[in-house]
Amino acid sequence: MGEPVLVVEDLSVTFALRDSEVRAVKDLHFSLSAGETLAVVGESGSGKSQAFLSIMGLLARNGRTTGRAMFGDVNLIDLERRALDLHRGRDLAMIFQDPMTSLNPTLKVRTQLTEVLVRHRGMDEQQAIKEAIEMLERVGIPEPTKRANAYPHELSGGMRQRVMIAMALLCRPKILIADEPTTALDVTVQAQMLQLFKDLTNDFGTALVLITHDLGVVAGIADRMIVMYGGRCVESGSVDALFYDPRHPYTLGLLNSTPHVEDRARRLNPITGSPPNLENLPKGCAFHPRCAFRFERCFSERPELVSFDSGRAKACHYQDELTYEESAA
Amino acid sequence: MAGITSKDLVLTRYAEALGQATPTKGRSLTQDALGRLVRNRAALASIILIILIGLIAFIGPYFVPWDFSKVDWSAIRKPPDWAKGHYFGTDVNGRDVLSRMMQGTQMSLTVAFVATFVSVTIGITYGAIAGYFGGRIDGLMMRFVDVMYAMPYILFVIILVVIFGRSPVLLFVGIGCLEWLTMARIVRGQTLALKEREFVEAARAGGAGPLAIIRRHVVPNLTGPVVIYATLTIPEIIITESFLSYLGLGVQEPRTSLGTLISQSASAVESQPWLLLYPAAVLITLLLSFTYIGDGLRDAFDPKDR
Repeated sequence: MGEPVLVVEDLSVTFALRDSEVRAVKDLHFSLSAGETLAVVGESGSGKSQAFLSIMGLLARNGRTTGRAMFGDVNLIDLERRALDLHRGRDLAMIFQDPMTSLNPTLKVRTQLTEVLVRHRGMDEQQAIKEAIEMLERVGIPEPTKRANAYPHELSGGMRQRVMIAMALLCRPKILIADEPTTALDVTVQAQMLQLFKDLTNDFGTALVLITHDLGVVAGIADRMIVMYGGRCVESGSVDALFYDPRHPYTLGLLNSTPHVEDRARRLNPITGSPPNLENLPKGCAFHPRCAFRFERCFSERPELVSFDSGRAKACHYQDELTYEESAA
Repeated sequence: MAGITSKDLVLTRYAEALGQATPTKGRSLTQDALGRLVRNRAALASIILIILIGLIAFIGPYFVPWDFSKVDWSAIRKPPDWAKGHYFGTDVNGRDVLSRMMQGTQMSLTVAFVATFVSVTIGITYGAIAGYFGGRIDGLMMRFVDVMYAMPYILFVIILVVIFGRSPVLLFVGIGCLEWLTMARIVRGQTLALKEREFVEAARAGGAGPLAIIRRHVVPNLTGPVVIYATLTIPEIIITESFLSYLGLGVQEPRTSLGTLISQSASAVESQPWLLLYPAAVLITLLLSFTYIGDGLRDAFDPKDR
């Protein structure tokens, strides 16, 4: 893989409430190389979206970010809005979950696409329209000239998500962050979208961050993955390693609760219990109340993220091989 | 095989026809709403009536024999007289009622549109900024609106009359500067909801600054409520103008307005009913028409109705 385009260190996100604080993300570390696809996996409320919204400077008003997110030699976290606006849309782009609401209903598709080009690449309107229509063709929209003149409500969901992808890629960003881009689409369209993501990021050398809770999506296109729980990274490594040899009970639990086509006889094993309350995380390891492998140490001492093998890391006290039977017990 | 059925030829022609039949033209939500408005009979009739009244008021004066300020000494307080060209009669000073009505309608419509335009412009800008930036700025801006609401409206109007008394249009620019309060509240409420929408977040993620977002993403989405409210503000201003004229604070002689005409002839309604009936009919028609259009627009823009 290429050189790192984004290095994130000690990233923490807190939200101030009326009389308390919620830590949505705590001490997140990772780096992203050019052209690579990184999947960020976790349940709702695990902090996966907030971590990347904070890097993009899109947190809610009461959110505060600390740590570093180095893009080249600028720390995106410290940038003022104006300075950040130079990078947003040009170097870093983001795609949101729901294509139905991510487009402005009052503007033609064309107008929304050219906006970024005019702002970041200083193109004139004619040039920008030409470029936009070419990009619409690239993302597989039939009759791009006609669609460019349509309003969003005249397009289908899959078509709108393609428009969103086109919009994000227009400035050839170094990093594309996709926040659950396929959740709102039906399964056949999902598969098309994933293929499209893969092709386009390959062609443009864009690093893709895929925030999702769908492990099927991860297996399809990601190179590396980060598993988050309770605002922290609990395991990271290559997708193959984590799928075939998970070392954190939570990763194993996620895999066990995913259906497999080949393996119909097996019962699905959902992780018992429910995600932790971020305002009041359990003492010790945040996962211990739901963990089948817990022992005394887990109740009192929080495991640190420790690297092992090459490029893998986990935060768990349990050192033996994880077995399926034990987790199902 | 293509040659046997000449299917290809037929299909090519069909494809060409299709290509020409669907011009590349999208229909915006606003265009859709206007289409629905025109299908609403009451609204359509109202639009036609208003256009008709407007045309007569602005072009009519060139076709009537008497000027609105000219005194006909031979016909003072006379009922309609077709031979002399006083189709609606004459007033106490012998001036032609029809041409005075045309001038008055012109005045009423002009001030109503001017004041509404001013109030909508200020209201949108103020409300969108307060709503989008939120927090302390919003609090301060909206408290100012609350304070303005609490002030007696008529007091400001009297001050404005003192300043702008000679120029009715400027006077109503001033009134527009007082009328924006409700508009600002409506726009602020809509903006609060709009700024949480994903396309605004997407625009921020694309590096758009707050003013660009307000201009391109917030304001166009306000079309529905703004148009409805503006349509209902126009009759409100016409009434305000009539009310001010009734108090003697509005348009000054020899120029007149619908309100002035009505107030001057109200005392003589028993002996010279034509002085009151015609202007009153025009005023009521205008008010009802604008209200029906506003009503039709509200239905047309109703998201549940799609």
